[in-house]
Order: sequence, then C-alpha cells, then structure tokens
Amino acid sequence: MPITTEVTLADLTRMLRESAGEEEGVDLDGDVIDTPFIDLGYDSLALLQVIGQIQREYGLVIPDDAVVDAETPRALLALINTAS
Amino acid sequence: MSPTTVVTGLGVAAPNGLGTEEYWKATLAGQSGLGRITRFDASQYPSTVAGEVPGFVAEEHIPSRLMPQTDHMTRLALAAAEWAIKDAAVVPDQLPEYGMGVVTAASGGAVEFGQRELQNLWSQGKEYVSAYQSFAWFYAVNTGQISIRHKMRGPSGVLLTEQAGGIDSLGHARRHIRKGVPLVVSGGVDAAVCPWGWVPQIASGLLSTEPDPTRAFLPFSAEASGYVPGEGGAILVVEDADSARTRGAAQIYGEIAGYAATLDPAPGSGRPPGLRRAAENALADAGLTPADIDVVFADAAGTPALDRAEAQAIEGVFGARAVPVTAPKSMTGRLLAGGSALDVATALLALRDGVIPPTAPVTAAAPEYSIDLVTEARDAQLRTALVLTRGHGGFNAALVVRRSA
Repeated sequence: MPITTEVTLADLTRMLRESAGEEEGVDLDGDVIDTPFIDLGYDSLALLQVIGQIQREYGLVIPDDAVVDAETPRALLALINTAS
Repeated sequence: MSPTTVVTGLGVAAPNGLGTEEYWKATLAGQSGLGRITRFDASQYPSTVAGEVPGFVAEEHIPSRLMPQTDHMTRLALAAAEWAIKDAAVVPDQLPEYGMGVVTAASGGAVEFGQRELQNLWSQGKEYVSAYQSFAWFYAVNTGQISIRHKMRGPSGVLLTEQAGGIDSLGHARRHIRKGVPLVVSGGVDAAVCPWGWVPQIASGLLSTEPDPTRAFLPFSAEASGYVPGEGGAILVVEDADSARTRGAAQIYGEIAGYAATLDPAPGSGRPPGLRRAAENALADAGLTPADIDVVFADAAGTPALDRAEAQAIEGVFGARAVPVTAPKSMTGRLLAGGSALDVATALLALRDGVIPPTAPVTAAAPEYSIDLVTEARDAQLRTALVLTRGHGGFNAALVVRRSA
C-alpha cells in the first residue's frame, strides 16, 4: 500500500544530512532536485545509508537497485513515493 | 647508495596533550593523562583506568561528510595526519598524487564503530546497521581515509603487530622511500576504550587492575603491576631527504637511520626473546655501535616479567647503566598501534630540544634492574635515540633516529 504522506525534497535533504553529512561547498537547500547525487558529493554508499534511514523512518521497502537507478533527488523521491 | 629517509612533520594526539607541542610540554613537566575511564561505564570491569585524549571536539576537525563514516579512532588519526602534513608544510595538491603513500599501524581496527553496529544488528536488526560498517571498522580504515582526504595515491598499506605497529609502519615507509616514493604519511593512532576493545586486553592478563591512576602504570618500578591502555598516537611525514630539501621542507626532525624487527621464539623453546636481537640489528642497520646511542626509549610493558626481560636486553646491548633509559608512555598508557609511533615522535622532539622526558610518575627503577631510568626531565646532548617496542604475540621492533647534521 502506498504511503499516505509524501516524502518531500526537504525530508530527503534532512535525511541526507543526518545519514551522510553535507559536502563542503554544496548547498542542499538550493535548487538541487535535478542535480545528480554524485555532484552533491554523495557516492553509492552514502545513498545506501540514506535509503536505510528512509526505510526505517517510513516503514518502506526500497530495492537495493535504487542506489544505481536513482541518480537525482527527483528520481529517488519518485521511487520512494511509489514504494510500498 | 640508498636514499636517506627523514621525518619532516609530526602530528600528535595523546592522553596528556592534544597537539604536538601541548603533548611535549606536558610530557616534559611529568603531567600524566591517565584517569578513570569516562568513555564507557567501566565500573563492572577489573581494570578501570585508561589514558583518554582530552578536549577533542570532532566537529572542529572532521568534515561533515566524514562524521557518519568514522569513529573516535579514525577522527583522531585524521586530525593528527592533517597536523603532520601542515607541520611539514606539505601541500598535497602541489605534489604528484602517486608520489605520496600512506602506511599506518592498526590493532583491532575501529572497534568502537564495529561494536555499535553489532549492537544495532543484534538488538534491532540488519536494517539498522550502517552502510559504512562495510569499511569503517576495518584495520586499514585510517590509511584509507588519510589517503582519500589528501589525495595520496602512492603505495599504501597497514601493519598489525600490536604495540610494535607504529615502528613497523615507519620501517615499511622507509622501504617505500628507498624504492623511490618521495613521501609517505606513516605512524599510528589507535583508540579502543570501549567494551569490545577492553575485554581482549583484559584477557591478555597484562592489564593493571590498580584503580588509582597515579599508581596503575609504573613500568620498571618495584610496584609495577601491569599496563594501562590509552588512546591516541602520532602521525609522521616521512620523506626522501633530497626531495624534502628540494620542495623546501619546513624542518627535518631527524633521520630514520636504522630499523629492525624480530619475532619471539615459540614458548617453551628455551631460546631468548627477540627484543635484544631487534635492538642489535637496528644498530647494525644504522651503522652504529651501542656507544653511539644517546638515549633509549623503552617499550615499558609494566609487568615485572616483561620489564625484567627488557632491562636485561638493554643491559645486554649497552652494559649496566651505560645509557639513559626513559618511558614517557607511563603518562599516556600503552596506545596499542599508536604507542611506538608516539615514542618515535617523542624521541625526535627530545633530539630537537636536547632534553630527555621522564618516566613520570615513577620515582626510581626497581633495584634489580641495572638501567639508568630517567625519572625527571634531563638536559642532554642528543644526536641519536633507540626506540624499542614489543607487540603482544611475539613482535619486537627497534628504530634508530639520528638528528640531521
């Protein structure tokens, strides 16, 4: 069943900061929805870490492949908000 | 002729001082960093004293991206490495990245990180285990994080010989220098003051159970009752002497003039332990005789049997009371993989300032040991120092440092 509360970009950036920290010189509060994670300073392990937090906080199951498939915050949010 | 290997930068994180000069000042003043454990509740354990590094606020030294993937040990190591690189006036961006290697020592790896994630696994489930557990606990994590942070992509590695690791890593760094690598960041920083790091040391039977921090670790004294573990260590920038001069190194603390490692024979073999052989081989490697050595930094295990064996080894090489012997680790505790790296840094500071730090708070060697134990800071003309170390499990290593002419 899809979750009723949609996960927003603000939720995602909060969890990125908590799980993996914030790269110096990167402003996560800026217009980052289509910026590739790699340009935001996050590697696949950082994404795995934040996806773990999302799964725990929202009780979702997100496939491990999301780390490879979701290259931007927009793509990851789409995956999260259609996950069950 | 093989290249000369020199030390051009030091970074120290020690229980009696955070930063090289803070540590050195405290050490010369005989100020101990040992105290009751505060990092975890040790009240139910037989040993309750440790050397904890004071005043380290990780966020002031470690970028936000590295915080979730490091524990106390790696953060201390990253800070010490940054200080050493700055001290050497090395700007990594301006040097070839494959010409800079990283070789550090480790014991159990980042046990604090590993313990926390194992607790998460067993108490909450695998979804609660950090993705960074995949490498953050690992023995090579300090080497890896230093290498990544400073873009040092030359020959790198990690050595695990318990307390001997600090010296063995410097010996290995010298091998790289001799093969043509211009610069290696080396040494060791360790931190295992957590239950998972504590229990195996208790099991060794070598830990002091004395609860009074001023009496818990008194190596070479008649009251020696075991050792106290500490956290911290030293990172050293090791370079080819010519390339250090060419790039305009800020200073040269000294030369790694001799190095040797030996293994103890199997228990019950009747053959002597390997420490004396390591000392003799390091002297031979440096082309020096015992009379050329101005001070010995001892391993100072702190149990009567091991202190006796070391005193006999020193007397065997040098003769009775023929050379000053000191063990300032009495003020820091034994720092696992960081211990002998800090001893080498300390020896280099002693050469720089012409003063031998004391084995405080020990006031005198036990009468049975024929060694000249330095118990108050002593001014001396110092050109050379021999640093001895033993790692649990039969490891011995010795390193000779010589002041540059």
